[in-house]
Amino acid sequence: MSNPKSAYNIPTKTSKSSTHIIVVWVDNEAGVLARVVGLFSGRGYNIESLAVAEIDATKNISRITIVTTGTPQVIDQIKLQLKKLVPVHKVADFKREDKKVIFKEMALLKVVGNRSKIDKCLKACKTFNPVILDKTRKSVVIQITALRREIDKMNKKLKSNGLVSTSRTGAIAMTRGSQIFK
Amino acid sequence: MSKLYSGAEIVFKCLEDQDVEFIFGYPGGAVLPIYDELKNHSSIKHILVRHEQGAGHAAEGYARSSGKPGVVLVTSGPGATNVVTALTDAYMDSVPLVCISGQVPTHLIGTDAFQECDTTGITRPCTKHNWLVKDIKELSKTLHEAFRVATTGRPGPVLVDIPKDIQFAKIKYTKPKKEKKSNGKLHSNFSQEEINELVDLIARAKKPVVYTGGGVINSGPEASGSLREFVRMIGFPITSTLQGLGAFPGNDSQFIGMLGMHGTYEANNAMHDCDLLINIGARFDDRITGKIDEFSPKSKKVHIDIDPSSINKIIKVDLAIVGDVNEVLKAAVKTISQKKNGFKNSNKQNVSKWWEKIEKWREKDSLGFINSKESIKPQHAVQRLYELTKNQDTFITTEVGQHQMWAAQHYKFNKPNRWMTSGGLGTMGYGLPAAVGVQIAHPDKLVIDIAGEASVLMTMQEMSTAVQYNLPIKIFVLNNQYMGMVRQWQELLHEKNYSESYSEALPDFVKLAEAYGCKGIKADNPDELDVKINEMLEHNGPVIFDCRVDPNENCFPMIPSGKPHNQMILGPNDKDDNKITGKGKALV
Repeated sequence: MSNPKSAYNIPTKTSKSSTHIIVVWVDNEAGVLARVVGLFSGRGYNIESLAVAEIDATKNISRITIVTTGTPQVIDQIKLQLKKLVPVHKVADFKREDKKVIFKEMALLKVVGNRSKIDKCLKACKTFNPVILDKTRKSVVIQITALRREIDKMNKKLKSNGLVSTSRTGAIAMTRGSQIFK
Repeated sequence: MSKLYSGAEIVFKCLEDQDVEFIFGYPGGAVLPIYDELKNHSSIKHILVRHEQGAGHAAEGYARSSGKPGVVLVTSGPGATNVVTALTDAYMDSVPLVCISGQVPTHLIGTDAFQECDTTGITRPCTKHNWLVKDIKELSKTLHEAFRVATTGRPGPVLVDIPKDIQFAKIKYTKPKKEKKSNGKLHSNFSQEEINELVDLIARAKKPVVYTGGGVINSGPEASGSLREFVRMIGFPITSTLQGLGAFPGNDSQFIGMLGMHGTYEANNAMHDCDLLINIGARFDDRITGKIDEFSPKSKKVHIDIDPSSINKIIKVDLAIVGDVNEVLKAAVKTISQKKNGFKNSNKQNVSKWWEKIEKWREKDSLGFINSKESIKPQHAVQRLYELTKNQDTFITTEVGQHQMWAAQHYKFNKPNRWMTSGGLGTMGYGLPAAVGVQIAHPDKLVIDIAGEASVLMTMQEMSTAVQYNLPIKIFVLNNQYMGMVRQWQELLHEKNYSESYSEALPDFVKLAEAYGCKGIKADNPDELDVKINEMLEHNGPVIFDCRVDPNENCFPMIPSGKPHNQMILGPNDKDDNKITGKGKALV
């Protein structure tokens, strides 16, 4: 903008964005997901994927895993803003490249076709721990666990071999080794 | 077996245990059980407003001037949606409010029942936290938690939504337990190393400036005391944001005026040229920083704030101290006075050259204006109001616009909690109901709403509240017949296309005052101003003062949007370019 009429129009220097996986431990109560997601939409942060489920039924704790992209400043803000929410207990943040952390996504792939197409698909999935959950003469449902980009790749690759439907979870994360995030 | 209480009774039990004296509210179907219970609790007085937004702002004025949380009681549906503006306002300006809203009975929630709305959904982004109480067992715990969340850490509004059946349901009442651990939401765990680093930076600074904000006010009157001690000890110039006015005496020689878009020349230039910037309880708002990339380019920056998410949000800082302002300042003062090397004196020497420069800037007299004998200049009106009220403990509220900036520039505040204005959200219509709340908190003090005629009409109905409770608030309307700030921006930035900023068919404010049953005064020439102001002050009751001011006056100095601090437009009095008018005004 060459002639900004308002301070709102002035873009500031932007630093490089990177993808982070934010893990949030929250009280499992009504509206808590809306609070977390509303914070992202309200402040203009993006969510690439989201996975949430209760992990401790006695303490009523849910774990939310969010994949997001932002500049270091934005990622910092996301963490600090999340920590301000009353039902949030702790917030962890991992870079996607972090070797100390395992990231996994699960996908269910439905392939419809003849024997050879199905076999081709199963072969292609071999490195992603394929499990056959359902099988008929003309179809198969395969479960694979892999990284997001690997699933993206499979999704593309299998289209020509009869992949008709994909369902996938958001990424979840866990640190390697004996440590846990405090 | 102990007695069973209804949900409505429990609401009052909780309010009593929280030492609540006043509720600002408006009844309706879904809160009738609570209103029914009101008569049994004489220690709590209900103030009936005329619109729920007014209840919210009145509670804000009450909270800001007294340091106690404001309590609002509204009904479901429209009651709750009407209070949203006030909640958002309180959220932006960190004002502790507890809003209790009625809700349709639990079994009707989600059925689009009469006066139903998703109150917790609507208010989620404008409260610190909110609760829908679906189980009577949760009610007392939730209400006490609500007060805790509203008042701890960075204060803010909360909302508790109580369905009507819960208000009728019965249960035992248990008193709140002693504060348990704060779940990590309180942050006052700064270290001595950080304080040492701060003191070290102070010792080495040659061109320092202290920039304070509403956080000092929110930290309590003691924090203002600590601030004064700290700033006098180090001898640095101090500037303040709009919300921080009063924390440091406005007529002190170390105070260089408000900074930011309509701040003084000396304050903004000091911010731009300094080598050490100490931010105490402010948040680098865009009205303060101007263009971010050129904000105070040569300085080391220190940020003291209780909210960790304020740190590095807008401006990267070199030293962040997360903690309560008062605690941090006390620690800093202690550390400085422990230093043995006569640090106090040596540092004032360090900054004497800097002070000379500041005095040069001061000579510009950036708040100056050309006074007139024919028409009342709005700045002059505020100055006269200040002169005639400065000898008593006066509380000022404002609406939003030019008059607000003139009030901030020309009214000098010497104590905290005397200045109530909507800074973050910029809510026109804030000042009149806020004045109601302030007067409730301080029945014997002088409370003046410095208003604009456009703003005040947005919540004018609250005059009726003031009359009902005999609140002698003074509404000092700087009437220029325009939405002045809109007109000013249109003049400077939109080629004088005054699109929809002129108010035709304004009411006769004197008659309007009389219609409400209070006193109306009108002044339209400078000679009678003092007499009329005194007449207003002497009247024991609410007054609407229609001060007819020059409609073409602009609020200067001004940093045009998107410019750094050292490129201000000065007023027509500026010797360098006093011939230039309108948008051609040279940048200084």
